[in-house]
Amino acid sequence: MKVSLLVTCLGDALFPDVGVATVRLLRRLGVAVDFPEAQTCCGQPHFNSGYHDDARELARHTLRTFDNGQTVVVPSGSCAAMIKLEYPHLFHDDPVWRSRAEDMARRTHELSDFLVNVLGVEDVGARHEGKVTYHMACHLRGLGLLTEPERLLTRVKGLEYVKLERADECCGFGGSFAVRYPGISGAMVQDKASLIEKASVSAVVATDAGCLMNIAGCLRRRGSSVQALHLAQVLEKT
Amino acid sequence: MNEYAQHEHHDFLNAAQQALADPPLQEALVRLTSTLMAGNRRGYAALADSDALRSHAKRIKEHALAHLDRYLEQLEAAVQKNGGHVHWASNSEEARQIILDIARKTNTRRIVKSKSMTSEEIHLNPALEAAGIEVTETDFGEFIIQLAGERPSHIVAPALHHTRESIARVLSKHSGETLPEEPQALAKAGRRLLREKFARADMGISGVNFAIAETGSIAIISNEGNARLTTTCPRIHVALMGIEKVLPRWIDLPVFLKLLARAASGQSLSVYTSIITGPRRPGEMDGPEEFHLVLLDNGRSRVLATPFRESLQCIRCGACLNACPVYRRIGGHAYGGVYSGPIGSILTPLYDSVADNPHLPHASSLCGACQAACPVKINIPQMLIGLRELQTHEKGKSRLEKWAYQLSATVLRRPWLYRLALRCARLVLRPLARNGWLRRLPGPGAAWTSARDFPAPAVRSFRERWPTLD
Repeated sequence: MKVSLLVTCLGDALFPDVGVATVRLLRRLGVAVDFPEAQTCCGQPHFNSGYHDDARELARHTLRTFDNGQTVVVPSGSCAAMIKLEYPHLFHDDPVWRSRAEDMARRTHELSDFLVNVLGVEDVGARHEGKVTYHMACHLRGLGLLTEPERLLTRVKGLEYVKLERADECCGFGGSFAVRYPGISGAMVQDKASLIEKASVSAVVATDAGCLMNIAGCLRRRGSSVQALHLAQVLEKT
Repeated sequence: MNEYAQHEHHDFLNAAQQALADPPLQEALVRLTSTLMAGNRRGYAALADSDALRSHAKRIKEHALAHLDRYLEQLEAAVQKNGGHVHWASNSEEARQIILDIARKTNTRRIVKSKSMTSEEIHLNPALEAAGIEVTETDFGEFIIQLAGERPSHIVAPALHHTRESIARVLSKHSGETLPEEPQALAKAGRRLLREKFARADMGISGVNFAIAETGSIAIISNEGNARLTTTCPRIHVALMGIEKVLPRWIDLPVFLKLLARAASGQSLSVYTSIITGPRRPGEMDGPEEFHLVLLDNGRSRVLATPFRESLQCIRCGACLNACPVYRRIGGHAYGGVYSGPIGSILTPLYDSVADNPHLPHASSLCGACQAACPVKINIPQMLIGLRELQTHEKGKSRLEKWAYQLSATVLRRPWLYRLALRCARLVLRPLARNGWLRRLPGPGAAWTSARDFPAPAVRSFRERWPTLD
């Protein structure tokens, strides 16, 4: 099987280790990976802020870049949701681009979705020593991926899984929301960090660069020793 | 700005900041919303297939709204056939005038009201009081905030922002005695004070949870029994409803009865479900002599013709408020409008003005917890984004912001420019980082670093590592 990796702009610039781990994990599972180098940003920040013409430009760019008919794997629920749920909506009155958008929406999978529902794997043969908890990214709720990451994590050898209290409550990222309303967003991420610390784990796992930069940034600010890891980083190690 | 929003120039940022710095409010918010939200999840879980039922409810609402004209006329005819009177109000001023006229004609001096957000929307109480009529809110929470001179901070729990201590203070001041800070004693005092009002009222004013076009019945849901007293003791009953509350058929009602209380609090049914079909009939022991139904438009038919029609499906259960991590931290008053929380962030801009409420559509991380809790699955995040889109066409919108998004899209469309921008960002930010993280960002980024560190761009981006990736 061959897939194209959409690494996401945040992943590319801020968390390249996540992309590297995703590629290594997929290759280990026998999946060939290519990386269309013209890819940049899916346009979600523009879409969410209401700049839909700009978002459409970036959507067209992304659709052209991934026009190879191949399955697309995204290690991010929010970018996957942008493509799967919003692209067709953005082009609702444009038959040509709408059908291209619908085609890409069908081919695109968030990483845990791809592993569990496309490859049909829950035990990826990974090993990770220590107590780990999991924060559910909001867009996984939107995509209906309510259990996939947990199912993958609980199969990791050596990993002691600790359920996080209010695991599905937003961490307060929300893109421009975090910068527009630092007081509210800050209160949300502080609460999230407290609950993570209360779980007495060595690492918290998330599936989105947005959640990771927010949660990890807050844990660092609090001087916490808990690591924030992307799901791919845990699943990659054997 | 029209009267829909309570305060002119409502300052969302200040109000939110004040709420965050108010420990008793924070405690009350967490306690109540957590309890109600746990109830919501438990309530849905207790249904055989809550998802299918919620979709069914949504379809009924979609259908009713698509044929609203027909069902409202059917409702009018049925109410009249039952001996009731129907009044059409195109805005809040007309609705107030209609109710004042009924009061004058029936020589009404004292009014009891059961909880009605729609009456809050039309600012009914001040108008009645200005006409020399005594008005008493009989929902315990509403009674407290009426005495305190406040507005509801939650759709179903209007006094959510109060603690038992503050309730004791308010009730003690009103009754002239020192009441203990003890819930049961306070409820008992409230009951004593209110019973007298019921007994002496000429008119009862209620809201309407659902109106059935087929039978001309209205359904009112409450937990305290005050709605039943309001609609049966006084000579006159006036029910006020937004036109979106109509359901086509009698058999549609149980679908919503199953969902409303579960969504709001997890109860399988609220304590009282009153179904009222016209005034007292000959030979009946109780009930009012006159029944008036006021149908309020107030912008609803305008919204019906927009992409925001889905917002009219709302049954005012408050579940989206309880589920919202933003509401749970800033409370209802910070939103400034009559309705607060995620649904309020849609209703206030739609019915007041998009330009005058720049913050509300953005005061959400778009996490979708609201939609997951909503009994009719309203896609609130999508509508918030739709309002943000409308804002970008408003005159008042920041040119700088527009330009920044345009510029970034221009860069991101060209991979070579994107790579260059990435390199520049790295060049500027990397030297400021310690162990790969920044404690302070310049410009708008300072808002980010006020609460948490920011990751510096990696030494080598993924695309730089890709060619040599083993």
